[in-house]
Amino acid sequence: MGPSGCGKSTLLHLLGGLDRPSAGEVSLNGRRTDNISEKALARMRRTEVSYVFQSFHLMEELTAVENVELAALLAGRSPRVARRRAEELLDQLGLSGRARFLPSALSGGQRQRVAVARALSNEPLVVLADEPTGNLDSAATLDVLQLFKDLHESGQTLVIVTHDARIAATADRKFSMRDGAFVDEARLTGGTTGQLGALVGLED
Amino acid sequence: MGRIVLVIRLALRDLRRRRTEAALLLIAVLASTTTLTLGLVLRDAASDPYQSTRAATKGPDVVAGVSQADDLAELGKLAIASGVTEHSGPYPVIAAKLEASGRTSDVQVEGRDAADAAVDQPEVTQGSWVGDGGVVLEAAFADSLDVGVGDSVALDGRSFKVVGVAVTAAMPPYPGASCIVSAGCINGAIPDDRNLPAGLLYKPGLAWLTQADVLSLAMDRSALSYVMNLKLADPDEAQAFVDRNGGHYGGAMPMQTWESILADATDLARDSQILLLIGAWLLGLLAVASLSVLVGGRIADQTRRIGLLKAVGGTPGLVAAVLLAEYLLVAVVAAAAGLTIGALTAPLLTESSAGLVGGAGTASLTWSTIGLVTAVALGVAVVATAVPAVRAARSSTVSALADAARPPRRTGWLISLSARLPVPLLLALRVAARRPRRVVLGVVSIAVTVSGIYVLLVLNAFLGEQPGTGAYTEDQVAVLRRVLLVWTVILLSLAAVNAIVITWATALDNRYASALARALGATPQEVTVALATAQVLPAFLGAVLGVFPGGFLLFAAINTITGGDGDKATLPAPWQLVALVLATVLVVAALTSVPAHLGGRRPVTATL
Ligand SMILES: Nc1ncnc2c1ncn2[C@@H]1O[C@H](COP(=O)(O)OP(=O)(O)O)[C@@H](O)[C@H]1O
Ligand SMILES: [Mg+2]
Repeated sequence: MGPSGCGKSTLLHLLGGLDRPSAGEVSLNGRRTDNISEKALARMRRTEVSYVFQSFHLMEELTAVENVELAALLAGRSPRVARRRAEELLDQLGLSGRARFLPSALSGGQRQRVAVARALSNEPLVVLADEPTGNLDSAATLDVLQLFKDLHESGQTLVIVTHDARIAATADRKFSMRDGAFVDEARLTGGTTGQLGALVGLED
Repeated sequence: MGRIVLVIRLALRDLRRRRTEAALLLIAVLASTTTLTLGLVLRDAASDPYQSTRAATKGPDVVAGVSQADDLAELGKLAIASGVTEHSGPYPVIAAKLEASGRTSDVQVEGRDAADAAVDQPEVTQGSWVGDGGVVLEAAFADSLDVGVGDSVALDGRSFKVVGVAVTAAMPPYPGASCIVSAGCINGAIPDDRNLPAGLLYKPGLAWLTQADVLSLAMDRSALSYVMNLKLADPDEAQAFVDRNGGHYGGAMPMQTWESILADATDLARDSQILLLIGAWLLGLLAVASLSVLVGGRIADQTRRIGLLKAVGGTPGLVAAVLLAEYLLVAVVAAAAGLTIGALTAPLLTESSAGLVGGAGTASLTWSTIGLVTAVALGVAVVATAVPAVRAARSSTVSALADAARPPRRTGWLISLSARLPVPLLLALRVAARRPRRVVLGVVSIAVTVSGIYVLLVLNAFLGEQPGTGAYTEDQVAVLRRVLLVWTVILLSLAAVNAIVITWATALDNRYASALARALGATPQEVTVALATAQVLPAFLGAVLGVFPGGFLLFAAINTITGGDGDKATLPAPWQLVALVLATVLVVAALTSVPAHLGGRRPVTATL
């Protein structure tokens, strides 16, 4: 959490290798990622990290299921496997009836569910979510909130940037940022994993 | 006044802000104006110069000749035949060898008076008319020898000073000629297996001396022949006059009508003009293709900009005026540059008629050409302004603002098909599927270019065989080859501009999709290859269609229009066609690699 412009998005971009630090190191799962090639970063995004964006970023001309399977196709899965996995995920996220809809025919909450399904399709270590409820009305926010809670309980590691205290309350650890740096860390529960500090290079 | 300044200022600022786009637009409009200018100048050149030369030189309606002094009486009778109003001559003519700057050439030398003749007084374009010891050369001949006023030439070993260069309507300009010497002339290729009769002139040029000098060149009077120029009461009766007076070919007294000289003089220009006009059509199609990609892309953009300007208080009128001013600036610059380039390159193609007044130089750029070219450029400007202006004026400010970019198209079957392909192809097909119209333009643009090249290959092979057949001389083949070359260069440049423009537009348009694909794990290489492939696949399709049916049909059409004998043409060999398709694909791949590379490397975070 932190005020606008403090560097939250920048941090997520660094973690997922969409941006490179001008100084310092980034490690993921014990491996340095700030000095590897673009190609290796792309490979990492296929299998180890994935993104959920504030403004969904779905391809407008693709149906829900096509959007979800795209990540798996880019990772080299066979079209049949990718399609089956996409349909399963949409089922799990309560969108089975919406699989052939274009994003323009879906509500904001449904779109974000599709984006989450896409992020999960390659079974990543971490899902990076940048203000995933920022563009949603309160009903849809609750909806997505529940989704993240379920994912969290199922053991999926999530790094979520949010202004929403309710989302923050579901986390194991909460970091506060200001002016490009961490200013505070709170352990909210016993923690299901405790990997996060190591993940972002923060020693405790 | 202040309003106009404001409009121009806003327009200039916008053009500066999108420099690349403005430059590409300028190039596309420039290419069309240049081609149009060339086509129109060439059209004028094909008919006018002979007429103006005829007027300026008191051109004869009939030229008659006899090959020996004994027949001079025949010419005397002809001079007073019914229908003849004026005549000049008979003038003595002798065959000679001319040496200039190390080269030897056959020449027909006509002996003239220093005083002006009533019929066929050659128009001196440089220097002065004949005087004792001074020779005047026909302009195209002097041009081909690279000899000018003040140089010295040798005629049959005797040195003469070149005192002038002149044009005449009594004979087609070099390398054409009508034979007026008794020895006879041959203008086509010399068959290898035959010896020429001794003394026959090969591709003679034309020179004028004083009568006294011609007589002094003659060893004896039997070497001389005579020509006489006749003016008729009714020039349209020339052929009937010739028939009546026994001037048939091979007769004792050969005669030439002004119509047959006109045909010879403009034959070549007409052939090059047909080539140019076909080229102009192809280039026009290409220009339309690139213009619609560019202008179409801008129109969507500008609908939004108009909304923006309206939102900050600009009236729709002001906004449309800014837009119009922008296009007008580009159009005016393109029209001026196109007219200049066209007028400067046209003489390269009309040099063959350098022996005619106005055949070379810039004189042939007429007001109607200037008007038409400018009108076309301005027309593009007005259409490009009208569509977004009307659209934005009709829509509300809010919806114009929301009209961010043209939404991508969904082409379902391509999307499912692409799911089965490797990542770069998958992305490439989806890039293509998002803008089907642009893909069609890409295919058309390449198909038009390749059809053009196909026809060029046929014509080139055809010309290669000509010197042996006698239909064209080597020099004429050289002129036509030069026309083909200019054609090829313009065609290829425009096609290259198109390929780059289309890729650029694609890369810009796919910024978002490319960034998203990379966020989902596509590598920069995969995105680059996809952007390039999205151009190369249509290029391949276009190249294949351009060979068949494109090139085949185009050649058939040209053949029908020109009444040519297509059976004589050698169609390109299969290996040439395969090479053509491959070369097209490689060139397009190379041209698109830079914009595609830039598109693939763009930082993801800048877009998402
Ligand atoms: N630690 C940092 N070092 C350098 N620049 C930073 C840092 N943190 C933030 N910035 C800069 O601040 C700007 C806003 O950051 P951003 O990550 O978008 O903020 P947020 O998402 O928290 O609103 C960015 O342009 C980024 O370059
Ligand atoms: Mg942010």
